Amino acid sequence: MSTETVEQVEASPIVKESEGLLSKRRKKFVTDPLIDDNPITIQVLGICSALAVTTQMKPTLVMALSVIFVMIFSNLTISLMRNTIPKRVRIIVQLAVVATLVTLVNEVLKAYAFDMYKQLSVFVGLIITNCIIMGRLEAFALGNKPYDSVLDGLGSGLGYSWIILAVAFFREIWGSGKVFGYPVFDAIGFDSFAANGLMVSPVGAFMVLGIIIWIQRTKTGYVEQ
Amino acid sequence: MQQSNTYVIVFSLILTVILGGLLSGVSQGLAPAQKKAVDLDTKKQILGAIPEEKAALEDMTGEEILSRYDEVIKSVVADYQGNIVDTNEKGEPMVAENVSIEKNYKKSPEERLYPLFEYTKAGGEAFIIPTYGAGLWDAIWGFVALDTDLKTVIGVSFDHKAETPGLGARITSDDVQARYAKKVLYNESDEFVSITMVKGENNPESKLGPNKVDGMAGATLTAIGVNNMLENYLGYYQNYFDKHVKGSAMSMNVESIQK
Repeated sequence: MSTETVEQVEASPIVKESEGLLSKRRKKFVTDPLIDDNPITIQVLGICSALAVTTQMKPTLVMALSVIFVMIFSNLTISLMRNTIPKRVRIIVQLAVVATLVTLVNEVLKAYAFDMYKQLSVFVGLIITNCIIMGRLEAFALGNKPYDSVLDGLGSGLGYSWIILAVAFFREIWGSGKVFGYPVFDAIGFDSFAANGLMVSPVGAFMVLGIIIWIQRTKTGYVEQ
Repeated sequence: MQQSNTYVIVFSLILTVILGGLLSGVSQGLAPAQKKAVDLDTKKQILGAIPEEKAALEDMTGEEILSRYDEVIKSVVADYQGNIVDTNEKGEPMVAENVSIEKNYKKSPEERLYPLFEYTKAGGEAFIIPTYGAGLWDAIWGFVALDTDLKTVIGVSFDHKAETPGLGARITSDDVQARYAKKVLYNESDEFVSITMVKGENNPESKLGPNKVDGMAGATLTAIGVNNMLENYLGYYQNYFDKHVKGSAMSMNVESIQK
């Protein structure tokens, strides 16, 4: 884990009995990773899959849902076990839990969405190595209650998802003139559209991602220390 | 807090058992659905080699595809010499759809099993041949539908594992596959020459002729893979065709194919 993730360990205030299910503090778990503490654009984690799967919207959506699922449930599981996990083997325990969840996703895709499975196969397996997941387990789930951890997982998952979906949107529309496989340019009668091959290759993802980070940091004024 | 070694070991063991049990349970539970999905996928690819069937596949449900498949496809398995193989090594009846082309590819050509799919429909008949080979990065495979003259290609369906998107991966696109339709495997003097994808794109049809198809710009190595795959596999089936389809009259051709 990089030191960046460790810095985010928040000294969570003592939770009162009466705290609402979506109190201000808890809302922040979900909303923070969307912009201010986005896993991809601020923490620069999970870049590998953001570059690899984002040529089209549809596989990207499946990937995003898979990551959200794995994030929520790994956070939940680790948080439930947090007081019993031996410190010395905690990384291995985290890996085992994440790997199990990822394998579940892979098996379910293979059974019920075979075309997606064929397209994504390798990358679903690589969710295991997605730094966002291990980062959140280490930085959050190990020290927080289950419900908070679920919210945190959901937040980070959504933060990851909207970025890769945004990247996929621009790559698909420039690279093949489609959105979710639907030829938009043909539909509006603009048939001289020339697909940009660069967008289909990972280089295109670097550019789109770079521009998104640029825009975001201009707006938030975030500067890397 | 530092736990004792016993605690760590017991914890790890329990975790392993729980997670392992969960995974194997799920794997068992989903196995039938997965097998069905693989089966459907194979049959879709086989039917996809016939252009008119491929057009219809889009709007069909899984069940419809399977029943359509049973209706129009008859399959056999042959060995290298062209003899029909009825049973597998366990003595069970041979099912052509279950013969893994990928596994057979690792054996030498003489030991492989060669499934063949016969397409029959009112007013149309074709032989669908599975092919397998190496693309630029990883495996490529496909099905080629031959007309009853065993020379003219009706259509192809190709797929790949890891070709470059937008370049070699274009072999899965309809417009590249359509280039193979009506092309011929034999030259004017009736020798087997297979069909070659040329280098470069947008070659005029007059330059290509019946044995060549237009290439894919930037994906010459994938094209070479496709060429080798077609030449090999279409060649392997000549023994079967000689014995069972054409009669033995044309067996002299086989010599030239095997080089």
